[in-house]
Amino acid sequence: MAVTNFGYGINRPRAIDLDTNDLRKSRDIIAEMPELQTCIGCGSCTASCTAGNLTDFNFRKLHTSVRRGEYKGAYEEIGKCMLCGKCRLVCPRGINTRGLVMLLKRKLGDF
Amino acid sequence: MVKRVVIVGGGAAGMQTALELKSRGIEPMIVERDIELGGKVRGWHKLFPSFTPAGDVLKPIAERIKAERIRCFLGQDVVGIASDGVTLRSGERILADAVVIATGFTLFDAHRKQEYGYGLYDNVITSVDLERMMNGGKVMLADGSEPRRIAILHCVGSRDEKVGQRHCSKVCCITGVKQAIELKQLFPTADVFNFYMDIRMFGPGYEELYREAQEKYNVHFVRGRISEAAETINKRIQIKAEDTLTGRPLRMTVDMLVLLVGMNANYENGDLAAKSGLSLAPNGYFMAQNSFLGTVCSECEGIFFAGAATAPKSLADTLAEASLTASKVDEFLRNKFPSWQ
Repeated sequence: MAVTNFGYGINRPRAIDLDTNDLRKSRDIIAEMPELQTCIGCGSCTASCTAGNLTDFNFRKLHTSVRRGEYKGAYEEIGKCMLCGKCRLVCPRGINTRGLVMLLKRKLGDF
Repeated sequence: MVKRVVIVGGGAAGMQTALELKSRGIEPMIVERDIELGGKVRGWHKLFPSFTPAGDVLKPIAERIKAERIRCFLGQDVVGIASDGVTLRSGERILADAVVIATGFTLFDAHRKQEYGYGLYDNVITSVDLERMMNGGKVMLADGSEPRRIAILHCVGSRDEKVGQRHCSKVCCITGVKQAIELKQLFPTADVFNFYMDIRMFGPGYEELYREAQEKYNVHFVRGRISEAAETINKRIQIKAEDTLTGRPLRMTVDMLVLLVGMNANYENGDLAAKSGLSLAPNGYFMAQNSFLGTVCSECEGIFFAGAATAPKSLADTLAEASLTASKVDEFLRNKFPSWQ
């Protein structure tokens, strides 16, 4: 008998689980750029971002997720950055955001 | 003729006000509920933002109180305040020419936020418990082992309608940053996560310390309030929050959960205010005459305030305010007794 598809499924949990996430890569990135931890989530980088104004690219969310060990899709996402560097001009904490893009590309290449 | 001032409360505010009055030739008397002077600062380990041992500040003050032979009534509860003196629970009245209310605050009782499991789970402690542990020289889990993952929750009993505490307790944010750094110094390989709603770094050097905690000590700051804590079978604490900066729920298990408890107004404030004609602010603290030039004056002539009786304050603010209170009392006595001195 053929299985009828009623359209029901099981949703994968959306929660960030810091018990199961592999934080080694995140620790690596923070160790190379400790200033990244000083981010206060103001959103200046995203507000000034050329790519963010044309696509749904959100740099603040992206690097915060990576710090929490959420790497999936991050490498592809970072490809949207055009390296214009405007985010670095506006960051009130003086984080080298452009350098961070390059660091993330280097570290997340294998994901 | 010597002018006498009775000070209600023998904590930092009361003691410092007494010394300032004494140096102006006024005779202070301290009435303290506890059997010892010192108030909330007694037993504290180190002070933000400079990590100064609390004893380095408190001890010289206490020694001067002794050396100046300031009269102290210890273990005495004040049940009535008027501009000409105070009434003790025994019914005895202590008469004076002016009164200073330096009754401070009451710590928020963390049991009231039952969802965090204080008193239920072994490894949920308050910021005050942690301070006492550090002062005792050993920070450890209930089973004696070292924590490897610690969460610090800001705003427990502050800015929370659910427990009737709408106000910000002011000093917990910087205390959380200070304690996170101290924990990282004790356990360099441990991960420390601070869960916050807002970070309020209002004082000199505070923002710099926050930054140091992030950059030098790698303390993780997560913007989001922990919604609940539960104990796992091996006595760890499972917590849930939203990581609001990524817009996703977050959960994790920690070895120790530290609750940054806020400063509440004393429960007796209402009773004391009603009897003496003073009024209270909506948050239950005593209401000052005004917010600018009368911050230590009350609506009643002859009754003054010092320290956290009027609002949450840091120790530095409290000690500074004591000088102002003494100066206002002095001014009041000179106007009232023009022939004095």
